[in-house]
Amino acid sequence: MELFIQLTLTGLTNGAILALAALGFVLIYKASDVINFAQGEFLLVGGYVTYAMIGQFGLAWPIGMLITIAVSIGLGALVERFVLRPLIGEPIISVIMVTIGLSSLLRAIVSTIWGNTPKAFPSFIPSEPVKVFGATIGADRLWAIVIAIVMLGLFTFFFRRSKEGIAMRAVADDQQAALSMGISVKKIFAWAWSIAAISAAVGGALVANIVGVSQELSHFGLRVFPVVILGGLDSIPGAIIGGIIIGLLETYTGGYIGHGLNQVIPFAVLILILMVRPYGLFGQEIIERV
Amino acid sequence: MNSGIFHSTYKADMGLRHTYLEKARWVIFAIFLLAFPFFANRYYLTLANTIGIATIGAIGLNILVGYTGQISLGQGGFMAVGAYTAAILTINMGMPWWASTLVACVVTAIVGALFGIPSLRLKGLYLAIATLASQEIIIWIVTHWDAVTGGVDALVVPAPMLFGITMSSDFNFYWLVWALAGVTALLTANLFRTHIGRAFVAIRDQDIAAEVMGINLFKYKLLSFAVSSFFVGMAGALTAHYRSIVTWERFTVDISVLYLAMIIIGGLGSVRGAFFGATFITLLPATLTNLGRSLKSTFPVVDSILPFIQQAAFGLVIILFLVFEPEGINKMWKDIKDYFRLWPFSY
Repeated sequence: MELFIQLTLTGLTNGAILALAALGFVLIYKASDVINFAQGEFLLVGGYVTYAMIGQFGLAWPIGMLITIAVSIGLGALVERFVLRPLIGEPIISVIMVTIGLSSLLRAIVSTIWGNTPKAFPSFIPSEPVKVFGATIGADRLWAIVIAIVMLGLFTFFFRRSKEGIAMRAVADDQQAALSMGISVKKIFAWAWSIAAISAAVGGALVANIVGVSQELSHFGLRVFPVVILGGLDSIPGAIIGGIIIGLLETYTGGYIGHGLNQVIPFAVLILILMVRPYGLFGQEIIERV
Repeated sequence: MNSGIFHSTYKADMGLRHTYLEKARWVIFAIFLLAFPFFANRYYLTLANTIGIATIGAIGLNILVGYTGQISLGQGGFMAVGAYTAAILTINMGMPWWASTLVACVVTAIVGALFGIPSLRLKGLYLAIATLASQEIIIWIVTHWDAVTGGVDALVVPAPMLFGITMSSDFNFYWLVWALAGVTALLTANLFRTHIGRAFVAIRDQDIAAEVMGINLFKYKLLSFAVSSFFVGMAGALTAHYRSIVTWERFTVDISVLYLAMIIIGGLGSVRGAFFGATFITLLPATLTNLGRSLKSTFPVVDSILPFIQQAAFGLVIILFLVFEPEGINKMWKDIKDYFRLWPFSY
């Protein structure tokens, strides 16, 4: 029972981080129908920039975090303007490939600046073990859940209440109609990429806080796929619930069965979901069938 | 003065090579390929062999992605199937290299068709994600099925012999790999003159229209996966025999991306494009390495960041090609040809 609670807690925290990474992914897909294979690299950049601000320049963490978010906004807007915009209307394979190229480029830039060796992260979130229901867990992991919930709440509020959020939903729904209502689709795309980069940066900082900064952070880019497919590519609640389910699944298989099965189970689930319910749990049922 | 190439007979229209100039270019290229190993040193021979293997793999992937329009991120996994099948058969059952290569091709074709099943319900982006999952699953099986694949440890394959001659020396392997690459190119080019190949193209252009015209999507999509994987498996098996060491690290998702980059940069849906792409992507890091070596004395920092520069260049090249020349090197080649053919009256 203790193991179960332990695994559940770990799974929930992993799921929260996965959900944060998935959130940016879903945002971009929702607004612009682009699958971002560089989402993991956004996490990587976020983690390293936070590391640089707090660890190398010795800034206080709120300031460091703010600068990281500013950098992320810039990165997202830059990528949208110079990489994705020329590809509007190109076939899907080009769009997939360009984000893959982008991921390679971003990883190379990060490696050039910070090198390839993992760095100890100056943890600004307390990490002493806490007892919950008889299981011990690092406080930073609990904080990850809290921060993820706060971020998700902020995003939900943003989409429900703010003008930009509503405009973004309009663009996602119908670009033509949005254009005729005076919404700048280009601006909305830039927004979507910037917000995706922010959520990735926060996710990156969280992961870095728990396990340290290294190139491993970019692996989240691939781990996000089962999450978004399970939850539905265009659903924000889906990203959250998908993240939690996949996070729990990974830790349960890792804890009870082992053999590295936790790495592959999500992908088996992914294929299964794609075969049975390609739009995921909460996605819109608009997928084209063959 | 011609304004274009026009065919007045069906035979000419169906021909593989249309003009004398085209035939002459092929003769020159063939002579170059035949003469190359006698002049090149070992370094260039190794590069040429790598390009040869990559060409076979890229042509295979192009059948699936370029001609049939099914995006696959599972190339690395399929190559792993080919390489491991060839290696295991050679090591454990003492099969000669040519037999194990052939069996590896067939096994990869079957595995490819198996993992192609999701393509019956999915397309575009969803299929790309599904093939990505199959890539991860294949590599997981390879690294965890210790009894057969040796897990994460490397397999050492004995040197391939033919009539008492070691084939894995760079010079001898050159003939083998380029002969196979030539056969692959010829088979593929001819495949798209048959009804099967045309069915593939029809599926790419409009799957519903293709089905209405009586093309069995189920059959032809799986066939495309199988044919493509056959050649991909060949590339994998050749890698095993050439390098004589098989490890899973050679077949990760990065390899899938590498091969996709080859066919996109070279040109989708063309054999020549696959060759161009394979050459370009193989030579790019090699050229950068050489450049780095010559700069090392003046800028010592180059040495330590060279791998990152290669990675950045790879990403940058993909982005630049997709933004400025989405149809790849093949299109550039056509433009150059047109320029000279229409000169001085090009419009």
